[in-house]
Amino acid sequence: MSYHPSVIGLDGLAALIEALSGDGFRVLGPTVRDDAIVYDDIAGVDDLPAGWTDEQDGGRYRLKRRDDKALFGYAVGPHAWKRFLHPPLLRLWRAEPDAAGMTLTAAAEPDERFAFFGVRSCELHAIAIQDKVFLQGPYVDPHYKARREGVFLVAVNCGTAGGTCFCASMNTGPKATAGFDLALTEFPGEFLVEPGSDAGAALLARLPQRAATAADIERARAVSERTAASMGRHMQADGVHDLLLDNLEHKRWDDVAARCLSCGNCTQVCPTCFCTAVSDVNDLSGATERTRRWDSCFSVDFSYIHGGSVRPSPRSRYRQWMTHKLASWEDQFGTSGCVGCGRCITWCPVGIDITEEVRAIRGE
Amino acid sequence: MVPVPFRIAKVIREIPGVYTWHLKSLDGKPFVYRPGQFNMVYQFGVGEIPVSISGDCREPDTLVHTIRAVGPVTNAMQQLRAGAVVGIRGPFGRPWPIDEVVGSDLIFVTSTIGLAPLRGLIHEVLHRREDFGKVVVCYGTRGIDDIMYEADLHRWRARFDMHVHLTVHSAPSGYRGRVGGVVAAIRAAQVDWPSAQAFVCRSETLTRQAVDTLAGLGVTKDRVWVTLERNMQCAIGLCGHCQIGPTFVCKDGPVYRYDQIEPLYSVREF
Amino acid sequence: MVHIVDLEETLAHHPFAQGMDPEALRTITGCASNAVYHPGEYIFRDGDPADNFYLIRHGLVALEIHVPQGPPIVVETLEAGDIFGWSWLLPPYRWSNDARASDQVRLLKLDGACLRGKMENDRSLGYEIYKRFVPIMARRLAGNRMRIVELATEPAVHSRQKG
Ligand SMILES: Cc1cc2nc3c(=O)[nH]c(=O)nc-3n(C[C@H](O)[C@H](O)[C@H](O)COP(=O)(O)OP(=O)(O)OC[C@H]3O[C@@H](n4cnc5c(N)ncnc54)[C@H](O)[C@@H]3O)c2cc1C
Ligand code: SF4
Ligand code: SF4
Ligand code: FES
Repeated sequence: MSYHPSVIGLDGLAALIEALSGDGFRVLGPTVRDDAIVYDDIAGVDDLPAGWTDEQDGGRYRLKRRDDKALFGYAVGPHAWKRFLHPPLLRLWRAEPDAAGMTLTAAAEPDERFAFFGVRSCELHAIAIQDKVFLQGPYVDPHYKARREGVFLVAVNCGTAGGTCFCASMNTGPKATAGFDLALTEFPGEFLVEPGSDAGAALLARLPQRAATAADIERARAVSERTAASMGRHMQADGVHDLLLDNLEHKRWDDVAARCLSCGNCTQVCPTCFCTAVSDVNDLSGATERTRRWDSCFSVDFSYIHGGSVRPSPRSRYRQWMTHKLASWEDQFGTSGCVGCGRCITWCPVGIDITEEVRAIRGE
Repeated sequence: MVPVPFRIAKVIREIPGVYTWHLKSLDGKPFVYRPGQFNMVYQFGVGEIPVSISGDCREPDTLVHTIRAVGPVTNAMQQLRAGAVVGIRGPFGRPWPIDEVVGSDLIFVTSTIGLAPLRGLIHEVLHRREDFGKVVVCYGTRGIDDIMYEADLHRWRARFDMHVHLTVHSAPSGYRGRVGGVVAAIRAAQVDWPSAQAFVCRSETLTRQAVDTLAGLGVTKDRVWVTLERNMQCAIGLCGHCQIGPTFVCKDGPVYRYDQIEPLYSVREF
Repeated sequence: MVHIVDLEETLAHHPFAQGMDPEALRTITGCASNAVYHPGEYIFRDGDPADNFYLIRHGLVALEIHVPQGPPIVVETLEAGDIFGWSWLLPPYRWSNDARASDQVRLLKLDGACLRGKMENDRSLGYEIYKRFVPIMARRLAGNRMRIVELATEPAVHSRQKG
């Protein structure tokens, strides 16, 4: 099925958000909070970061004014959509002692459906990767499944590459190619809208619009091309799987370990990292509640078994992170675990740069 | 993924600090599993840990776990008496490949608590005794007071169709059995080395030593089956804790054919 | 004469002598004799002159260490195919532990004092013997190293009493 693109104005965009809420979706999109662009509930176009952009580099993120009113004129911020599909903190179940021993009750899953508004191509890839992890293995994560089902995805083709972006190297952007319901390309005051699903096409049909011309399509292509040409970072990704696994004792691991603080920021901001830990909380009524939270392979306890941690040194933990992202992930899930979003570079307090580390191990 | 309540029907003190539970599900449902699989065992308000299933899989009405008290959870569990209720999630993991070794001589190599994950397999092998060649169990412990599953060992030693090579690290003078490392017990086994299949349940360092000894006798690494141990939280391949390189021990293991994971053993802190 | 042929053959079949140069084998046979020990009997004791070494043909031999506060401790047993005793190679030629028969034990006993002299005069015989002892010593050392790993990593049982 091929769909026909249209062009909508700001009114069309407002109508899109309204239609989604009207259809019962909880609409989440980019908005400015605490000097960063984060993902949160949006009520309308006014909540979007109009006229903002970001400056990103290793260990550095700063919002800046643009000289236009662009709504999507920035790259990705500290949040990833993962926080809604795979929440940072989740109640799993509650156990209460009773005459029979104990009764365990699973926590109810929310019945809300999400619409993600302004999903970047790298993020669509990240969602597809987490779909593989949580839905396509021998075991399905019921919590992810409950949240993921029925998500409406409005993608945005990036018009500005961030200082730490390298999706072009990873073949994950900057143009969304699949996995969305609608994809927007921003022109000043207008948007080219391409449906990617029947649901998207049906929704588009309800918006004020005009048919896209060949010139509109060409303009959108040029936007993506320009963005691809202005990536802040580059990584030579071919052969990186073998490169890393053949160099598990490379001296560079010592070098990066000397800089790494083991803070785990990179895993927290990464849109594909999926690790979690469970903990039990006993409350005053005598009941126990089990919760699950994001965990990080950078913590010493992560690999603890009786007698000690399997990865006690920062060197081995950094190596776990990077080899997992760029190598073992392929063996496990048939895809890289990195989509080139650059968040781990930007949010690393000491600016460790995965692309630079790969170059160093390549001996460049 | 919510634990199912089981009642402790019986507690057996195997050796100091090691106890075996016989568990019955509260709803009376049988617990179906294959030898080599494990459960996540949860003590109310304390915590949840991975534990191998050590019983006879032909008796699914009784779930058997043998646990060594080493830390907070296993120590708390040691205080539980018959009648207490614990939570069980499982069975998880890949079982021992019993059907793949039909027709061969079998040698089991383990020490102390390592017999727990092998015990169910040995039971099953004995149920299907005619399917296999010689059966030799090489079992080592620190001393003569650390020998687990004594009733089983007595029964096994009395059988004419299997050999038990027990070895201890030291014994009081006058002890009539073998003293030394498990390696000596392996060397004493009389099996057809060029076709025998070996099952090794030891720590990583000692697994490598056993594999080297076996290799010296002619057991190629594709005929050695081992288990790995890693931190586990979900047991279903989703929490990431049990990863070693490409493998998730909870779902791809804990049982592996040695030649398929040998490289993982040689990388430190991997 | 018949006796010597028997001994030579027994010796030749023991793993220790596998592939040994016939000349050396004959010399060693000249220093060999059969020995039988009953369960519990001492083969040698700590501190005694070490003038022999032994090839086990049958049975289990316990190497024991005396501890002042209790019965001796068996630290290793050796069985058919093994050899034991190397103190005869090293001054002051005294045993550093006890060796005792765990059950009925049949041994080939080799007169080390006699061999020492012969090895001194015939270096190639000396090499032949060392070539056989060194790998066995190395294997036992490696084995003991692993036993230390094992003892250090396996949590100790808290009491000697069964729970
Ligand atoms: C597949 C598998 C099968 C096992 N089978 C048995 C068995 O049959 N009998 C037995 O006694 N023990 C078994 N273990 C080891 C047992 O899980 C640990 O001894 C136990 O988790 C220790 O918990 P603790 O709180 O008492 O001690 P601590 O060592 O203080 O552990 C604290 C916490 O760390 C984690 N942890 C520690 N060690 C391990 C470990 N080895 N694996 C996973 N998580 C760990 C747990 O979350 C634990 O609560 C098995 C482990 C695995 C992975
Ligand atoms: S990089 Fe670390 S935190 Fe991220 S998924 Fe891999 S193991 Fe988990
Ligand atoms: S590893 Fe870094 S660049 Fe790659 S997806 Fe994760 S956060 Fe983005
Ligand atoms: S225990 Fe969670 S992934 Fe294996």
